[in-house]
Amino acid sequence: MEAIRKWVQVMAGFLMNGAWTFPWTKNIYRGPMKVLCAPGLNCYSCPAATTYCPLGALQHLLASVRLNIAAGQYYLGWYVTGSIGLLGVFFGRMICGWACPFGFFQELLHKIPSRKFAIPEALRYLKFAILLIFVIILPLLAVDEFGLGNPWFCKYICPVGTIEAGIPLLILQPSLRETIGFLFFNKFVIMTGFILWAIIASRPFCRVACPLGAFYALFSKVQAVKLKLEKSKCTNCKACHQVCPMGVKFNESPDHTECITCLACMHRACKFDAISIEICGVPLTSARGKHLVPLKKNG
Amino acid sequence: MNKNIPEQRTAFTIRKAPIVLGLFFLGLLLIGIAIDEPSHVLEQAKQICLNCIGIG
Repeated sequence: MEAIRKWVQVMAGFLMNGAWTFPWTKNIYRGPMKVLCAPGLNCYSCPAATTYCPLGALQHLLASVRLNIAAGQYYLGWYVTGSIGLLGVFFGRMICGWACPFGFFQELLHKIPSRKFAIPEALRYLKFAILLIFVIILPLLAVDEFGLGNPWFCKYICPVGTIEAGIPLLILQPSLRETIGFLFFNKFVIMTGFILWAIIASRPFCRVACPLGAFYALFSKVQAVKLKLEKSKCTNCKACHQVCPMGVKFNESPDHTECITCLACMHRACKFDAISIEICGVPLTSARGKHLVPLKKNG
Repeated sequence: MNKNIPEQRTAFTIRKAPIVLGLFFLGLLLIGIAIDEPSHVLEQAKQICLNCIGIG
């Protein structure tokens, strides 16, 4: 199952970054596919990006909401919120585990041999604050004299923008090198910090700072595809605690906001068939791979 | 049929919350499409936002 997940991650990364004409065009892809939402965190200023980043698009819509309304255009983020909302309702943070290129990149970094450290549990709340403050409140309220705001998260924090777009564009377009300043160095330091942190800790950006992960986490109790714990079969052996890349103690909190449904607990840890996966309450398979045939209630 | 084969079928309750929420977000998506928000998003996505990537 882990091999399948890796292949899905690779395929998702290629689908979201499949425009490989940039070495010749020296520019980003500008085709019609960019009307589609990237499920994971993937900067749309990346030269190879084929889809739009929901966080970038949402911040831009909120930053220009006054001007748009004044022009009679009620672009409040309906389309973007609808897109990520649908993804969140069906998959939740499974997207982080299966379809986010930056999540996959962090997993690869974590394979570099080194001493490994845990991430303090309290830090996970930071990403919710980043979502609220840097993605919603500041772009919406901190505006200039023309009523135009800024995409604060992209501008001051997002390491994906630096690694996928900033650095490649500086290489492709040498004229841009004269314009780099504080913003670039600030983001470069943040990017470097998360890269180094990902070597010694598992998925630090996902767990601490990713606002898209925070948005998807809001659906952890209601998402359609989710893991289910059968308490009668759980022996509290805590094997599921050991394998979780997100530090979730699955048998203690099966609806945890950090669960990325990577299935490691189900396939690599639980020997008692206590963990299964279901869609909208319909069981798909148990830990031992027994495909359950659903019956109607009382059937 | 061998009656000693363990029963693997199980009863379940369909969770309605994801379906209801899914319809809600589908509604938002359709509102966005109705007011032509996707074309605005597409225009944004075609531009390089230099500030956003730390340049400029």
